Amino acid sequence: MPTLILRRFGFAAFTIAFVSLVMFAAVEALPGNVCTSFLQRFAQGPRLERCIEQQGLDRPALVRYGDWVAGAAQGDFGYSLKKRKPVNELIWERFRNTALLGGIAALLAIPLAIFLGIAAGVRRDRPVDLSLSGAAMLAMTIPEFVTATALIYVFAILLQWFPAVTIVSPGASVLQMLPNIVLPVIVLSAVLIAHIMRMVRASVIDVMASDYVQMARLKGVPERQIIRKHVVPNAMIPALNVIALTIAWLLAGVVVVEKVFNYPGLGTLMIQAIYDRDLPMVQAVALIFSVIYVAVNLLADLAALVLDPRLRRKGH
Amino acid sequence: MMNLLQTVISRPSGALGLGLTLFHVLMALFAPWIAPYDPTMQNADAILLAPSFEHWMGTDTLGRDVFSRVLHGGRLAIAVTFSAAVIATLWGGFAGIFFGTVGGRVDEFSMRIVDAFLSMPWLLFLLLIISIGGAGPVTIIPTLGFFYGVAILRVVRGAAMQVAARDFVTAAKARGERLWPVIAREVFPNLSDILLVEGAMRWSWMLLAFSSLSFLGFGATPPTPDWGLMVAQERGLLSTAPWGVFWPCFALSSLIIGINLLADAIGKALGLDRATAIAV
Repeated sequence: MPTLILRRFGFAAFTIAFVSLVMFAAVEALPGNVCTSFLQRFAQGPRLERCIEQQGLDRPALVRYGDWVAGAAQGDFGYSLKKRKPVNELIWERFRNTALLGGIAALLAIPLAIFLGIAAGVRRDRPVDLSLSGAAMLAMTIPEFVTATALIYVFAILLQWFPAVTIVSPGASVLQMLPNIVLPVIVLSAVLIAHIMRMVRASVIDVMASDYVQMARLKGVPERQIIRKHVVPNAMIPALNVIALTIAWLLAGVVVVEKVFNYPGLGTLMIQAIYDRDLPMVQAVALIFSVIYVAVNLLADLAALVLDPRLRRKGH
Repeated sequence: MMNLLQTVISRPSGALGLGLTLFHVLMALFAPWIAPYDPTMQNADAILLAPSFEHWMGTDTLGRDVFSRVLHGGRLAIAVTFSAAVIATLWGGFAGIFFGTVGGRVDEFSMRIVDAFLSMPWLLFLLLIISIGGAGPVTIIPTLGFFYGVAILRVVRGAAMQVAARDFVTAAKARGERLWPVIAREVFPNLSDILLVEGAMRWSWMLLAFSSLSFLGFGATPPTPDWGLMVAQERGLLSTAPWGVFWPCFALSSLIIGINLLADAIGKALGLDRATAIAV
């Protein structure tokens, strides 16, 4: 058991190292460097020299990579070219806002999706299942910005219940954010619910067809009890990893949804940094998102290990 | 092939999916001949007109005909994502079949890297690449092709492992056949169905990704008529001129839904029910 846990941590560390290396190498591979890309036609003379010195570009790439990773591990993400400030001074409030949005969406979506997935799975191909699966298909295929625009039209323009875009001053408290996040949370949860529900449903159908469920039926165990005792616990384990993977959708969706609602989170910060060609900022936000993602997957792996004794046996 | 088509059409969802997909592809192909106006022509005397007989879907902020723009709006998205889907299916399918058949240490090591790639939020990576290489099809096609190829690789590799463990492959190996003939003659023919379904499914996801990029301002560039970009541009006037936003939204969503339904129906017709498989 301890070796298995260590191995999971090892893979998470490997993934973060790999992802950071790829992100660093991608920027290294560009013609020119961070400074010429930012300054464009002004990239000459003292301005370029100052930028190169400030970003430490005169050092070899390997040293800079080491510095970048070591700095990030201590919460120092480099220096924003556009904002002329250390990146970590700019990200924490944004990080809180995104965590608030994503966290509420996940807390709302995951239990609801599991419930709906089980409801659809045990009634396979019956009206409940068909309508739930149909709705999930729509939620998965219609782009987030379309759903968001439709919600804005109905709830912000026609009914005027919620603001169409986020209007808060920097430094707003969590309480002031709340009315602004209702619509973004609905859009994000809809996609999450659809993905997780589909997986839970597939998993439930799989378990319902298994020998031990057949056996329980033949023994005359009431259907309700079969579902509660056999189907749900066994269907949860494969679904757990998929739930973690859908967090990737959540993270990607967050970028689009934040942009639609002009929400002051990490996503809008990253998009603005891309418009500004502020690569240190882009790299920092991408790294933070990746670490969150890997951490969520690690948690799911560990939870699966706790829940499923079979995974703890040798050979896995 | 004809049989497959008949089975697909026999389901209402399959017929709807095929119909929507064909409709949009044909509209994209023949848009220049169907559209009543030039999609980029601005008209200062016809700004934000409501739908009428002259302008079926109204006009936008620059007086351009929304109907003509919606007709043209899928061309770039369909071309870009279809090319990317072909690239992804080819490389992901090829590598997946290879690793699944070879197995052993090569496979195990490669899967570590594949897992690491799969645990990257790819949209962020795409945004990083765009911030370096600039927006536009030249950056987006290979990147979408690569990342979706990784996901296809994972699925196909799993299926190839199952095929490689079957008796006829063992027999071919025992006859002393080399790796490539075994892959080409024994393994690949058993996986072409999965490749077709995976390719079609990923195509619909790529359309979603590309239009999201266009919406963010990193896909199509103005004045190109593109659904995602049109929504982004006309969104500010949603309360006064909703037609400029509604029609591109409608066209885009119906195409993605169409391809999705089609892929699902092909999968069911071939006996690969994606709804009961845990996807990557």
